[in-house]
Amino acid sequence: MAALSINNVCKTYTGGTEVLKGINIAIEDGQFLILVGPSGCGKSTLLNMIAGLDDISSGDILIGGERVNDLSPKDRDIAMVFQSYALYPSMSVRQNISFGLEIRKLPKAEIDATVERVATMLQITHLLDRKPSQLSGGQRQRVAMGRALARNPSIFLFDEPLSNLDAKLRVEMRTEIKLMHQRLKSTIVYVTHDQIEAMTLGDRIAVMKDGVVQQFGSPQDIYDNPANLFVASFIGSPSMNFIPATIVESGGKLGVNICDDRGCVVLPLPHERDKLAAWVGKEVIFGIRPEQITDARTAHREGLPEMSCHIDVIEPTGPDTLVFVSLNKTKVCCRTHPTEAKRPGESMELVFDVSKAVLFDPASEKRIA
Amino acid sequence: MSSPNKASSWSALADRWLPKLVLSPSLAASLLFVYGFIAWTAWLSLTESRLLPDMTLSGLVQYRELFDNDRWWTAVANLGIFGGLFIFCALAVGLLLAVLLDQKIRAEGALRTIYLYPMALSFIVTGTAWKWMLNPDLGLQKLVNDWGFPNFTFDWLVDPDKAIYTVAIAGVWQSSGFVMALFLAGLRGIDDSIIKAAQVDGASLPVIYWRIIIPSLRPVFFSVLLILSHIAIKSFDLVMALTGGGPGTSSDVPAIFMYQFAFTRGQLGLGAASAMMMLMTIVAVLVPLMYMETRSAKRG
Amino acid sequence: MAKHLSVGRIVLYAALVLMAAYYLLPLYVMLSTSVKTLDDIRAGNLISLPHAITLDAWSKAWSSACTGVQCEGMKGFFWNSVKMAVPSVLLSTLIGAINGYVVSMWRFKGSDALFTMVLVGCFIPFQVVLLPMATLLGQLGIANTTTGLVVVHVVYGLAFTTLFFRNFYVTIPDELVKAARIDGAGFWTIFFRILMPISGPIFMVCVIWQFTQIWNDFLFGVVFAAGESQPITVALNNLVNTSTGVKEYNVDMAAAIIAALPTLFVYMVAGRYFVRGLTAGAVKG
Repeated sequence: MAALSINNVCKTYTGGTEVLKGINIAIEDGQFLILVGPSGCGKSTLLNMIAGLDDISSGDILIGGERVNDLSPKDRDIAMVFQSYALYPSMSVRQNISFGLEIRKLPKAEIDATVERVATMLQITHLLDRKPSQLSGGQRQRVAMGRALARNPSIFLFDEPLSNLDAKLRVEMRTEIKLMHQRLKSTIVYVTHDQIEAMTLGDRIAVMKDGVVQQFGSPQDIYDNPANLFVASFIGSPSMNFIPATIVESGGKLGVNICDDRGCVVLPLPHERDKLAAWVGKEVIFGIRPEQITDARTAHREGLPEMSCHIDVIEPTGPDTLVFVSLNKTKVCCRTHPTEAKRPGESMELVFDVSKAVLFDPASEKRIA
Repeated sequence: MSSPNKASSWSALADRWLPKLVLSPSLAASLLFVYGFIAWTAWLSLTESRLLPDMTLSGLVQYRELFDNDRWWTAVANLGIFGGLFIFCALAVGLLLAVLLDQKIRAEGALRTIYLYPMALSFIVTGTAWKWMLNPDLGLQKLVNDWGFPNFTFDWLVDPDKAIYTVAIAGVWQSSGFVMALFLAGLRGIDDSIIKAAQVDGASLPVIYWRIIIPSLRPVFFSVLLILSHIAIKSFDLVMALTGGGPGTSSDVPAIFMYQFAFTRGQLGLGAASAMMMLMTIVAVLVPLMYMETRSAKRG
Repeated sequence: MAKHLSVGRIVLYAALVLMAAYYLLPLYVMLSTSVKTLDDIRAGNLISLPHAITLDAWSKAWSSACTGVQCEGMKGFFWNSVKMAVPSVLLSTLIGAINGYVVSMWRFKGSDALFTMVLVGCFIPFQVVLLPMATLLGQLGIANTTTGLVVVHVVYGLAFTTLFFRNFYVTIPDELVKAARIDGAGFWTIFFRILMPISGPIFMVCVIWQFTQIWNDFLFGVVFAAGESQPITVALNNLVNTSTGVKEYNVDMAAAIIAALPTLFVYMVAGRYFVRGLTAGAVKG
């Protein structure tokens, strides 16, 4: 039985704005689902609908097999962590955590034990008698998680919980959330606009845009096999390179023609021939990730196509140096070993690993192969 | 499984209906006491009601009578004089005080408290105090006489041509501190970096105020104008306490006219017509002001 | 900040002190006049100090001055105003708080329009509702009573109090209410347990604003109350304008100060909230 299934869910606001257009997602017990997309894609609305804070215009939401459309938030057996943490300002940390249990009229002893257990787990025992205003951002975040954990719900909902934290703390908390998930085997729905959070945390990712799920799958699958240009560009940092290129036939094999200001090469394509037959001689968008264009040392594989390219700019990141070149009049980012990267203005021999390259239809932006 | 579901649909239903239920008494009150009563007064103003309400419509007789009434036109002219002076002076004094207080003044808190306390007083108290001070026998006139100007006279309070000006004097005294508070809040809300940028550009302090700070207070000007004109049109207590509309009817304002005709002279229809005229004046002043304000706010 | 007193700063301070004198003068005149004897008043001038301080005028103003036909001073009317102001303030504030809570935290289809509709009550000149209100109070049998005045003040105070609380609650993230709903709290639990504890400042602002408005009101008092039930502002006006016998300026001033004391007191102890209320009321709409 699916822990959560979202069947054909639509959301239309009065005035006719369609925010969600037929969402279908199902996850199993214990899975970590990420809803990711740019702002305005409808991910937070969807989360609010799962929580019962927003009405469902049409379609069904089932939690543990039971239709919850008409249930109020408190009867859905969920807990939620908010971006602003939404800690009750007048209550101490202890009261914040126990509030939901009190409302549910649990015995006092049980409430105390739960607060103790949760506080110990999150290492906030020393903060229990403070007010939220006396806590740092990271501590508030922990209390907000504690409040959710204390309820022990069947689904945890997270609404961009880390976006108010500074960069370092965000990475730490990310790991803790993942650790918590592994330990408790809880079912989580997590909304974020940060694709790195999406990739690192999720078992399943739903990439959303304009109220539509663009792709639903495992992180690696979405990274390697993006369904369309949007997903390919949204997931991965630095973003995938999109080079407009013509498909040519050379020596009985299909390839794409790639030029810089001094010359051209044909990169052979590994895809099945019949998928591409119709596109020969036509322009497609050739998608290749930065780490697939690199120096010979990093590639450490023989027989890959090479090209000498003129370097425009380099950006050292530490572990890698990003080299920017211009191919088919498009800025292209390549990830190279720091010691191999040349300087701007010089030429550099770049190796293309086309095995994972993808092709898109420039008109529909759908994946061709 | 069925009982928790039933309970939960109850609470879902409660959360859905309670807000509307809770709001509805106030809505009903607003509908009756504001909209209904305005309609009632409008209706009354179209009847020939005198001492007792008579709800048969008879067109615009009362308005015709109103416009033929010299006393009404005195009241309107007085409102114009009083309103214009009151708004202009309160605005000028308030803005000046705010700018002066904005110069990192030592005892700012104490001064602000002094400038603003008249706002806590009732207009009746203000009127009583100023009536005594403007009293030609023992008031300011005598004070200046004692100071060595025996020929100084200041008898506006009993001069039919000048009485309305005394109302403006007392009104400005009461309300200018409030205007100061609004402008001061506006001044404190201005982004410091704009002023720093102007200083770096080499602008002098008066230029910064005149060209940068005061223009950016535009929204405050709008609200101040809105409030002051509102106070002016409704002004009743101050005139009652200070001059009682006199000498004679020389310092009448529409609010007094309305009160006298509706409640002491038993001319309900005429009173209602004058009340409707007051409402229309407020609408005519406030609606364009609010429209301009929201438009300028939208433009940023 | 000023390192030394330049000529400009001296002029600035002089101007500010002069203005302060302008605002304080009437208060000083009222106070000094109220403790003078009538002879003292006639002998001196507005700002001359009293020769001897006497509280006779005060006791007369409080208990035996004539306000129209009866001569029992201000005391009865003072308590009338208290009996009118306290319930009106409490009721209108409480209802305003709940209304503000609904229109900010429980918005539903059309709630913004309804709020705007209520808000119009802030802008109308009350003259336009006086006649129907008088008729209605008469029919309900509460004309010329303190109860009637309470009803009037609550009804026409609602627009302001709703606005105050709405403007306060919209600054509170609605995620707070969402969190509480998920925790299982309902409409009233959220209001009383989550929002009330953090609404202290706005309650102060609202109570002070309403108290000042209602205590200082004259129009409703003079129209809807008569004789025994008049509020203090109406009584003061009657006292000052009663033209029988010798004009007793010292009693007038003492009565005026008595009428002003409660609001002045509130201003002195809670001026901060008073100013905040004024500015908040100013950005109405």
